[in-house]
Amino acid sequence: MKTNSLYRALSVLVILSSLIVWQGCKPKAPNTVIMGDAASKVYVAPGQYDEFYNIVSGGFNGQIGVYGIPSGRLFKILPVFSVFPESGYGYSEETKPMLNTSHGNVPWDDLHHIALSTTKGEHDGRWIFANANNTPRVARISFKSFRTEEILEIPNSGGNHSSPFITENTEYLVAGTRFSIPMGGKDVPISSYKENFKGSISFIKVNPESGRMNIEFQLRTPGFNYDLSRAGKGASHGWFFFSCYNTEQAYTLLEVNASQNDKDFIMAVNWKKAEEYLAQGKGRIEKVKYAHNIYDDKTHTATTTMKNEVTVLDVTEFPDIVYFIPCPKSPHGCDVDPTGEYIVGSGKLAAMMPVFSFTKMQNAIAAKDYEGDFNGIPVIKYESALHGEVRKAGLGPLHTEFDNKGNAYTSMFVSSEIVKWNVKTLEVLDRVPTYYSIGHLSVPGGPTSKPHGKYVIAYNKITKDRYLPTGPELTQSAQLYDISGDKMQLLLDFPTVGEPHYAESIPASLITPNSIKIYKIEENEHPYAAKGEGMARVERKGNEVHVYMTAIRSHLTPDNIEGVRVGDDVFFHVTNLEQDWDVPHGFAIRGATNAEILIMPGETQTLKYKPLATGIIPFYCTDFCSALHQEMSGYMRVSPAGSNTPLKFSTGVIEGEASGAGH
Amino acid sequence: MKHLILVLAMGLLAFSCGQQSAGTESTAASSAPADGGQSTVQDDASNPDVVHIAVNSKDHTTLVAALKAAEYVDALSNVGPFTVFAPTDAAFAKLPAGTVENLVKPENKETLRNILEYHVFVGVLTEKMVRDGMKLNQVNLENVTLNVKDGKITVNGANVLGIARGSNGIVYVIDGVLLPPDSK
Repeated sequence: MKTNSLYRALSVLVILSSLIVWQGCKPKAPNTVIMGDAASKVYVAPGQYDEFYNIVSGGFNGQIGVYGIPSGRLFKILPVFSVFPESGYGYSEETKPMLNTSHGNVPWDDLHHIALSTTKGEHDGRWIFANANNTPRVARISFKSFRTEEILEIPNSGGNHSSPFITENTEYLVAGTRFSIPMGGKDVPISSYKENFKGSISFIKVNPESGRMNIEFQLRTPGFNYDLSRAGKGASHGWFFFSCYNTEQAYTLLEVNASQNDKDFIMAVNWKKAEEYLAQGKGRIEKVKYAHNIYDDKTHTATTTMKNEVTVLDVTEFPDIVYFIPCPKSPHGCDVDPTGEYIVGSGKLAAMMPVFSFTKMQNAIAAKDYEGDFNGIPVIKYESALHGEVRKAGLGPLHTEFDNKGNAYTSMFVSSEIVKWNVKTLEVLDRVPTYYSIGHLSVPGGPTSKPHGKYVIAYNKITKDRYLPTGPELTQSAQLYDISGDKMQLLLDFPTVGEPHYAESIPASLITPNSIKIYKIEENEHPYAAKGEGMARVERKGNEVHVYMTAIRSHLTPDNIEGVRVGDDVFFHVTNLEQDWDVPHGFAIRGATNAEILIMPGETQTLKYKPLATGIIPFYCTDFCSALHQEMSGYMRVSPAGSNTPLKFSTGVIEGEASGAGH
Repeated sequence: MKHLILVLAMGLLAFSCGQQSAGTESTAASSAPADGGQSTVQDDASNPDVVHIAVNSKDHTTLVAALKAAEYVDALSNVGPFTVFAPTDAAFAKLPAGTVENLVKPENKETLRNILEYHVFVGVLTEKMVRDGMKLNQVNLENVTLNVKDGKITVNGANVLGIARGSNGIVYVIDGVLLPPDSK
């Protein structure tokens, strides 16, 4: 009897399993997930604008992509931490300093997170902030020019991952070290991790007018990994929350050794308390070295200032700055709901997510309801800070964003889905698959006090068969879902450039009115600007030849240059004299070992060129500017080193006439 | 072990079903979106993933059926990385009569899933990394204990019969079903 029923069961199972194999081979058939209205929801008619800007990090390309939502159209790549030969960013003399660090010029980085500036917790459309994960840096990009205006290196950091999350009035952005390291470049055994390795969280003050950044103070924290972060808002304004993993303090094979503890921590930081200690002079000055690079849009030039001090508060000496809350299994996301009351910890190896209550946490602190301490820092009892758990929501919860109706959307990496749940009741309301293995997700305004809702966008880690294949490396991709109804609806797959790590979306209405069209030529303070063809000239200073060149449809001035010698350093300072929207000029010269430069209307940019052999070297405009774009070119004569060929320059001068344009 | 590899290899052959022609697929898909999970990706070039290893094995039909019943196939087809403890059909057969039959019923999906999640660890634990007495916290949040005696690995007392490396993880074939503490 027993045997019979088990046999029957197994037979059924064998048939079932054959079915799987059979289904595995089935072609993808039309289905019922999305219906016809999806197309109309993402269709933006030719010439019409998208409703939102989607500011998407490019991950390992070190750039930011600007897309439109709902269409998914790509508008622009903004180079930030990586050189960009297309525009000359990082190659032109003006932009090279942007990538200076204490390690020298670092031409690449891994840009993970975006933070859009906020005022009173809401998007204000002023700046984009971004982090460099590898060589620790943060950047500020202007929403007026869509250009990187500032890059600040972070000292005492092993890798800037939990960054650049911001407070509700953009008072601070943070930079938490992913890797703990011994501070001060100490030469110690790796195995002395517990003794020597420390964490560091930088609080970077943002000037409310200029946006300029300054490391106000650093918290010295216990040695483990700081992953992600969000600032408190509303009631919890004044606090910051960080997810921490590897509380095991493992230093090898973290995939196993950092997953031993049932719980790691959410670290709650009372930054207003830290400010009080600083005001009392409790901070300790430490000698460090870091670069601060600022791009000036009047001189069109970046300058680097090397700095050598930071103020440090060791949290073990000030126990009321920091508290730990236990959080299951290597928490990744640490997200704060729009009210500021709920903090969602996403243990990426857990099948449930704890939601902590700020109020309960405050009560627990007041009652000293602790389960113990870690390196002297109080560990609040899990249950005492817990609002509740979202159980069996999905596998591998990573990140949570919020809509304007009290719902949360959590990305599930392992089970490859977005799960919608109610923040108060913790009830799972809906789930949709993503294709495949979603990382971050973004609801427009999702991290702010006033989410715009409407959509959730999935940023996937794996594409596989979703697009036409392009060899082993496939396009990266995002997916747009409508969240206006009870059920999420997949509307669109769209390819992205680089790795779409994290993104924010902002209503276009906050950005478009301020977007600049030209740089005013009369405001150009570049020391090598030629603000008219009459000022175009060539000057020799020893081995250096400075060409003050102008570009206007459809010629370069000067376009004949002689007297340059092998071994000279020739600087082409090209000023675009156009004062007309969308008429950049480009400049390229044969054999340049760097890149081209693109010069916006009214701007001056410089390409350095070192001739290595004699001959006539052509140069030309690269950005198709007019019907006579092909004519926009010139020649430079390179004579042997030490030759007496006189310095000559002209445009439109025929042999025998006087040389020197404008002279 | 040799026998197991042979079975896996045979299964692999049986599983290959030829690639779709791109033309057919794109025509078919032009009007409707594709909604298969990663388990439906047509790929005969990559190494088999942990699910395919089970699917390709003649000894894991019960496990595969259980994965299907718990809608766990796509999850294990994702990038992982996973360590999967894969009980053989014989291991399932050792359970009290009716257990499996009962578990695959739709109303017991959560229980079944919890059991299956108790067989999965996120991370690749290779044979060399196994230490006697080591605990692994599984996807269902409960621990399993690994032991090594005379070079033989057991997990919660079940014997490891063979180890197969998949593209997204590693499979330890075991001769017992692991039951989470709360379901014992």
